Amino acid sequence: MNGVHDMGGMQGMGPIVYEENEPVFHSDWEGRVYALTRVLRAGGGKWNIDAGRHELELLPPAEYLRMSYYERWVARLPIQVLKTGFATQAEIQSGTPAPGSTKTTPQLTAEMVPAMIVRRASTRRDARVSPRFKVGQRVRARNIHPSGHTRLPRYARGKLGAVVQDRGVFVFPDTNAHFLGEKPQHLYSVRFAARELWGEQASPRDSVYIDMWDDYLERA
Amino acid sequence: MDPTRRGFLKAAVTAAGAAATTPDLAHAQDQDHGHDHQAVPSDLTLRVKALESLLVEKGLVDRAALDAVVDTYETKIGPRNGARVVARAWVDPAYKKRLLADPTAAIAELGYAGGQGEDMVVLENAPKVHNLVVCTLCSCYPWPVLGLPPVWYKSAPYRSRAVIDPRGVLREFGLELDGDVEVRVWDSTAEIRYLVLPERPAGSENMSEEALAALVTRDSMVGVKKVTLAREGARA
Repeated sequence: MNGVHDMGGMQGMGPIVYEENEPVFHSDWEGRVYALTRVLRAGGGKWNIDAGRHELELLPPAEYLRMSYYERWVARLPIQVLKTGFATQAEIQSGTPAPGSTKTTPQLTAEMVPAMIVRRASTRRDARVSPRFKVGQRVRARNIHPSGHTRLPRYARGKLGAVVQDRGVFVFPDTNAHFLGEKPQHLYSVRFAARELWGEQASPRDSVYIDMWDDYLERA
Repeated sequence: MDPTRRGFLKAAVTAAGAAATTPDLAHAQDQDHGHDHQAVPSDLTLRVKALESLLVEKGLVDRAALDAVVDTYETKIGPRNGARVVARAWVDPAYKKRLLADPTAAIAELGYAGGQGEDMVVLENAPKVHNLVVCTLCSCYPWPVLGLPPVWYKSAPYRSRAVIDPRGVLREFGLELDGDVEVRVWDSTAEIRYLVLPERPAGSENMSEEALAALVTRDSMVGVKKVTLAREGARA
């Protein structure tokens, strides 16, 4: 979707605010919402990383810009809990389990956390899918504007680039985010000259490398 | 910014022991533009507490597991991991070769692996090539080697400008690149995670691997700074 999250190339966002010796979490609640999200996601249910990202994109744009990173996670968590069926709307509103509901046993204990942290949950797939493009080939990023989740940034659409590497077969976020299947396909590193993206104001030497799935590209 | 929020930020910054100032970058404690933070923290504390207690009472999460996750990212996984990878690559040519050929496996040799680092790519800086990493669409970052990202990396100013004006962004970080240096910006749009292998600073020829690792900053591994012999400020 053409949302405010798709920020590449926007102007007027102000200076970069840098904090020396920045703590990992600025407040306890940041660490708690981070941990809750990680632990719940490890517990399975109808959820995946692409759906999680899309949920943030669906926040009202003014809210998205106003909120800090972890505030967005706080806004997302009850939605995630509701959609995965971990709790009902009434339970989330009251903050207590419904009368008579059974208490389950947590799937993830503290002893299991180190293994969860280092677990390799790659979105690379072994599926035998032929690549549509090859290294060195000139390609054009498609000029598409899907209303759902996509990882094709607006600033690259319609632009000419060249495939510099075939990274292998990966889950396609545009379908996976909506639970419409993984649609595994080749992912490429595509180089775009800075001047192709931004015109004469950019340095002729510079470039932007974007990871692009087969479905984002067409022959140039 | 409301006074509560200002006090909160000030407290957070003081707690972090922040003191030094960088002339070129705006600072968290004196920012008033309010793009990033406005909600009253006590409200957020209460909302997260309510969700946590509901999920604990339903038996869906274990409080000790939450503590373990927080502790892991506060004390165990951070940019020191990536710094060890970089230092090893500087002193061991065979390791550097493996690191560039199969980054995920070479990084795992040092014990670093897992979420948001499943498929790593290492970008080698050179005198005429400078790599810079961003995620314009969200805040993708290589957690196993750098830990969780700093606020600036997740902020709208960095995400919006890194691709259109990388040299201006680098200038804000105090890095002025010559015109003949090629800047490569890597937008992390997929599940590939990038680690910049900075150039080893001149004059470090006789330093031990451990001493070299102490020079390597988080910022140099994102590509917004270079590694220098004199570390500015504390560990970043």
